[in-house]
Formats: sequence, structure tokens, C-alpha cells
Amino acid sequence: MLKLSGINAGYGKNQVLFELDLSVDKGEVLCVMGRNGAGKTTAMKTIMGLIQPNSGQVEFEKRKISKLAPHTIPKLGIGYIPQGRRLFSELTVAENIEIGLMTRKKGKATRDKVLDMFPRLGERLKQRADTLSGGEQQQLATARALCLEPSVLLLDEPTEGLQPSMTALIRETVLTLKGEGVGIILVEQREDAVRAVADRVAFIENGRNAATHTIEELTEDPSPFRKHVGI
Amino acid sequence: MLALIEGLVQAAVLSLTALGLSLVFGVMRVVNVAHGEFFMLGAVIAWWVATLVGTNPALGFIAALIAAPIIAGLIAVITDWLVLKRINYDPEATIVATIGLLYILQQSVLMTFGPDARPVEAPFNTRLAIPWIENTDAGWALYWPWGLSTTSYKLFVIVAAIALLSLIWYIMSRTKLGLILRATQLDSETALAFGIPVERVYALVFGIGAALAAVAAVLIVPIQQAHYLMGADPLLLSFIVVIIGGLGSLRGTVIAALIIGMSDGIISVFFTPTLAKIMATLLVAMVLVYRPQGLFGTRRV
Repeated sequence: MLKLSGINAGYGKNQVLFELDLSVDKGEVLCVMGRNGAGKTTAMKTIMGLIQPNSGQVEFEKRKISKLAPHTIPKLGIGYIPQGRRLFSELTVAENIEIGLMTRKKGKATRDKVLDMFPRLGERLKQRADTLSGGEQQQLATARALCLEPSVLLLDEPTEGLQPSMTALIRETVLTLKGEGVGIILVEQREDAVRAVADRVAFIENGRNAATHTIEELTEDPSPFRKHVGI
Repeated sequence: MLALIEGLVQAAVLSLTALGLSLVFGVMRVVNVAHGEFFMLGAVIAWWVATLVGTNPALGFIAALIAAPIIAGLIAVITDWLVLKRINYDPEATIVATIGLLYILQQSVLMTFGPDARPVEAPFNTRLAIPWIENTDAGWALYWPWGLSTTSYKLFVIVAAIALLSLIWYIMSRTKLGLILRATQLDSETALAFGIPVERVYALVFGIGAALAAVAAVLIVPIQQAHYLMGADPLLLSFIVVIIGGLGSLRGTVIAALIIGMSDGIISVFFTPTLAKIMATLLVAMVLVYRPQGLFGTRRV
């Protein structure tokens, strides 16, 4: 469904990704793991068109998208929950959601559905995003991306700095979306969070593919976790 | 009272001009050094349109009020597309680029329009006497002292500026376009990831910024004459206002414009214009020392 092949990309002269391959299918959860600075976030930004790859292809539903104008990529149905949430901090909860809805011209039905998933946000619609707690902010970032009714969702370290009850909520959301057939790429550092949702795990080291394993393989032999992530 | 109205006229024109500068910096992070030249362009276009239309000053003025911001805005959009976009809106490069733009606009106007200052006739200019209170033998009485008067046009400038500011406020806070502008201002990369065409937004904002300066100039040109060097003062004052008010804050810009415009008007009438400029500069220094983000700006990392 979404496929990166042979991606070389970076910031100016500083190349971060080298011949990187990743792919995710409908209803599949691909977890991307690697140490800090391995290039996980760069890979997500390359998918969103925020970084133009020097070479290599990003394909979405068999269509090459790496040459498209960046603002048209989310309109295809790729939802993005950036690292550190990146909410529009001075806008209200309602306005953040409105931006998500505008992306693919979704209406009230989508809004209601999303607010049903995160009832806490419904109570805080008029509140500014930067006054929410960390967990609520993550819910809002997730809600904003779900307003696109995406067929692929990118989550970049959604559980970073959250308390366990919030991590559980994120996990549940990921599994629900998977059940609805959404393809999910989850960048995650924590082994337990990965084990709970992943179908496959791609390990990245220094911007290169180190190894890719199914979760069954990893249950049998968890050594890659230690080898590539160092936990 | 006279000083008050003079001050308000100053503040009205200044707040529109400064708002354009503030909007461009807020959303695009571009310090538009050529902002004053768009103001000058507005005045010159107003003169040109009014001359074209000819005999009826009201008709000429209305035509100028429509044409000047549109033409100045279009020039700004083309500049954005030809220059700013190609240097990737790099903060330092855009300063150099807009300095270049300043001279290009200034010298083009000098070559076509000439070095003379040209007046534009006001659409209406009735003298309005201002009453004063006097303690006469018969008790307190109203009287109309000689020389204390303003014109209906000056009142119109104040009203028009308030209307335009309200319109901008409404667009920014109540419409989808405003939401898109504010989101882009806060985080342009994430805005892109949510389908906002940031480059088009930038072109539009640069155009609106120039158009605001041009409108302000059309309003002032029946009071001050159009001249190819007239852009320097509004640029300086706009910077002062934007520094005091806080970049990207509409409320701060308007309040700072009121403070600067009013104090300029009042101090100029009672003391000297130089003292007014000294006070304004001093205020900027104080703000920079004690509240570098501006009176109403928000601190950004």
C-alpha cells in the first residue's frame, strides 16, 4: 500500500537515509525501531514530502508520490502524527480538529466519530491546545490526523513521555484502526509497546535497513531488540 | 482635541501599515524592508488613478482606493514568486532581497513619476469647527475659537481605518482563511502535512501586507502629498509599532499604533515633533530591554 524503495535523503549536504526500504500493507502495523538519530523521523518526513529524497521512490497505492507538492500528499489519505505532537499550540482544540477536517474536506460525521474516540477532547473544545496535559495533547494530535480518515497513518513516537494509561489508549487506538484496515507505520523506542501491536518490525541503523522481522520471529528470538536498539 | 484628532489620524494610518508588516513577519518570518515602498506605491498609484479619472475627486478617490491596494498587492505577489520563494524565505536572504526591492521600487517611481510631490484632492473636505468651553461672565459657554478645526476627511480616515481593522480581525479570527493563516504562522511544516498550500499562503500574505500599506497611503495622500521618498517614515514607524506591539499580534499592533500615533500628535502640537520621535525611540528601547517579545507578543522558542 505504501512503499519506500532505495531512499537517499537528508538535510542539505547532511545525508541521513541511505538506500532505505520500508513498506506497509492494508491493516498491517509496521514498527520502525532504531537508536536516536538513526533516521526514523527523517523517513516519516520523506513520506510526507517534507523532505525531498535525493533518489529513491515513495509509492502510495502504486502511485509515485515523492515528486508531488508536499501539501497534496496528506490529501491522498496519509495521516501524520509528528514527533513531539506539533499541535498548532495557540489554536483551540476545535480549531486544530478543523484543520484536520479541512485537509480532505471531511464534515461533521467524521468530527463526531473522532470526538467519540476521544471524549476528553469534546469537553475541551474551546481550550487552547498548549493548555492541555501531555496525554490530552497526544489525543488531539491523533484526533487531528484521524480527521483525514486516512488509509495510512504515520505515528512518530506517540508514547514518548506519556503515563501508562495514555500509552494504553494509544495502543487501543492503533489496534482499532488496524481492524478497520488502516495501514500503520509506528516509530517506537519501547519494546513492550512494539510487542503489543506490531506485525513486523523494521530496525534502522545509521539510516540503513539493519533487519526486518515479523513479530512471531521476535517472540521466538528477541535478540534483535538488544542488537539494534540496545535495550 | 485638535491634537487628539491629528494623533488619531496618524494612528489610523500607522496601524494599517504596521499591521501589513506584522502579518508578513508573523506568518512568513520575512522582515520586509521594502514595506514602506509599498506604502509609497499606494500613494503614487492613488495620484495616477485620480489623475486618470479626472474631474470628480470623489470618483478618483474611490477608484484609487480600489486600484492601489490591488496593484501593490499584485506587485508583491509577483515579487514573492520571483524572488522570495526562490531564496526559500531564508530570514537573512529575504532582508537583503527586500532592501534590493526597496531601491528598485523607489527608483522606478523616480524614473516614471518624477521627483515632485503631488497632491491628491480629498473626496470631501468640509471644515468642521471644534467647540471649546469658556468661562465667561455669563457662566460656562461653548464657543468656536478661530483656527481650531478639523476636516470631515480626517474623521473619515479614522472611521475607514477602524472598519478595515475590524475586517482583518474578523477574517483572522472567524474565517477558514484566517484559521489557515494562523496555523501556517504557528507551524508551517505541520501545516503542509495537513494539506495547507504554504507557498500559496505566503504569496497571499505578502500581497495582503503590501495592500494594507497601499490602502493606508491612499487614505493619507489627500493630507500628505505623494512623493517617491515618502516610504521611509512609515517603514520606521511601522517597525517601532511592531516592536512595541509584538510581532504577529493584531491587538498589540493596533494599541502600539495608537500609543505612537497619539503621542506623536499630542507631543508635536504642544512641544516639537523631534521630541515625539525621541519619546517613540525611547519607548522602543524600553520595550526591547524589558519585554523583548513586545507588549502583546508571545514568547517563542
